[in-house]
Amino acid sequence: MKLLVCVSKTPDTTSRIAFSSDGAQFDANGVQYIMNPYDEWYALVRALELKEAHGGTVTLINVGTESNDQVIRKGLAIGADNAVRVNCDPQSSLFVAKQIAEYARKENFDIVFCGKETIDYNSSEVGAMVAEFLDLPYVSFASKLDVSGQTATAARDIEGGTEMVEVDLPFVVSAAKGMAEQRIPNMQGIMMAKRKPLDVIDPVPFDELSTPVQYTLPPAKKTVQLFNADQMDELVRLLHEEAKVI
Amino acid sequence: MYTNNNGTGDHTIVKRAKEDRYQHHDYYNIDELLTEEHLLARDAVRTWVKQEVTPIIEEYADKAQCPTHLFKGLADIGAFGPSIPAEYGGGGMDEMAYGVIMQELERGDSGIRSMASVQGSLVMYPIYRFGSEEQRRKYLPKLGNGEFIGCFGLTEPDYGSNPTDMITNVKDDGDAYILNGAKMWITNSPVADIAVVWARDEQGIIRGMVVERDMKGFSTPEIKGKWSLRASITGELVFEDVRVPKANVLPNVQGMKGPLSCLNKARYGIAWGAIGAALDCYDSALRYSLERIQFGRPIGQFQLQQKKLAEMITEITKAQLLIWRLGSLANVGKATPAQISMAKRNNVMMALEIAREARQMHGGMGITNEYPVFRHMMNLETVLTYEGTHDIHLLITGMDITGLNAFK
Repeated sequence: MKLLVCVSKTPDTTSRIAFSSDGAQFDANGVQYIMNPYDEWYALVRALELKEAHGGTVTLINVGTESNDQVIRKGLAIGADNAVRVNCDPQSSLFVAKQIAEYARKENFDIVFCGKETIDYNSSEVGAMVAEFLDLPYVSFASKLDVSGQTATAARDIEGGTEMVEVDLPFVVSAAKGMAEQRIPNMQGIMMAKRKPLDVIDPVPFDELSTPVQYTLPPAKKTVQLFNADQMDELVRLLHEEAKVI
Repeated sequence: MYTNNNGTGDHTIVKRAKEDRYQHHDYYNIDELLTEEHLLARDAVRTWVKQEVTPIIEEYADKAQCPTHLFKGLADIGAFGPSIPAEYGGGGMDEMAYGVIMQELERGDSGIRSMASVQGSLVMYPIYRFGSEEQRRKYLPKLGNGEFIGCFGLTEPDYGSNPTDMITNVKDDGDAYILNGAKMWITNSPVADIAVVWARDEQGIIRGMVVERDMKGFSTPEIKGKWSLRASITGELVFEDVRVPKANVLPNVQGMKGPLSCLNKARYGIAWGAIGAALDCYDSALRYSLERIQFGRPIGQFQLQQKKLAEMITEITKAQLLIWRLGSLANVGKATPAQISMAKRNNVMMALEIAREARQMHGGMGITNEYPVFRHMMNLETVLTYEGTHDIHLLITGMDITGLNAFK
């Protein structure tokens, strides 16, 4: 089985998020980066499990600059066979999806995996767009995925239950929590990753259709207010007028 | 939930739900001096520590139990002998990678780092460096994958800083040696499958040998009552007419050069590890200072607290630069024993002082196991003493710069 896993680099969840003074740019100063957990813990690990069960190869793809190589190497250290980085600084999900689709089209993968979303921009768009560009079926938010022959069965967590989906290969899937368990790379894997191919390719020309204009931080959390038992009227007023919960 | 039958009986350890919010601190962008492989190794061990060590370590330390199930996890991530060649079960990495692994393990707990550094530096390293090819093939892969746990016997009840005068000895008996004596303060000994033991032969020469658990006359009583490294198991090695086949003697070393070269490896790892403990204390103190409100403001806004924090990160940064340079020298085989002594001494005392200051910054909470600092502080008292005491390392520097020996 030939498997492609789309991996993205995101800020570590403990990073303090800031923007440039005009709000137009993310301020990367002092930010520590990780591989997007949905890509790493679920998409990549399930792809590796399927490879271990059925044979085949796992290829990683990332659309980004050289600074992403460390995240890609981590994927190779966890067990992917090779990687491709499309060398550019993308500004939108559509651009990323176009680049992935153009590469995937030539390679005829059986399954294209991505995480259900990245934990920074949370747009959940790339998987669906790749499927559309490739004219392939798309299974989103899959928390389980099994393959038998040329057919896959996926579980999707939906409101109040689970939806089971059957789909023929090839297809695109976005991975949600539950699809696999995180694997920590070991030292032998890290050393082997150095020798695995990481090809850098040029992007195909594609005009961005949208551009981020401004970012703002959410309003700061208010401090907790404590009331004495004889201030119930004031508490009710604030719950009604400010918190708007009653 | 884990059960652990080691030591005093059955104990059930409940994993803590409290999140480990540790974030690395790199004030001088020293990460830029590390390779991709070093950063990946560090990240992998940090993730493992957050998943496997932090949630259980306080309770194991509280109960003075060794989390022996972590030996397998340490092996799986490749923390045993990372700089031993891969064909012998190591990681094939450089000395800098070994250092960052030790730093991250000690960020979790000095006892966990001790489990790994004994296995790698004091057991796998001498077998690799001084052992026969047959000994390498017999022991190293099993030590690397955690099937065997090893320990290292040099210190004796009456010979600590002065191991050269050891009384543990062997007598020739045909195809074997008869080993008698006792070793003390031996990390991992009660759970060890093999021990690398240093003993004097009939010509007065120090020889290294591998003693196996099932050899008759060999026992490993546990040392109880430690207020430090409580999650690490420590014991004695007692040899009563133990018949050790000559095939178990390390053929390629004689004299104190053998054990001292192992200690150099381990001390180098400790100099890295201490930074991990210091970083964890600083990280906890910094976060606490921003969250703890007194007099209507975070305590981090007060000058006395800022002084503590600023001095901590300054000392950590100096130690990081020192160890980076030492690691660079070690990578090309040029780190001298005296240089390693300086780094071990400086970095461990630095960490201990930061632990004490961080303890104060946490106020009353600092004496509880809600925060890691008191545990680190207690652990570091051991680290200050083992693998060459703080004072002995000073004398090594003194001897190195004057050429005069103050030991005798």
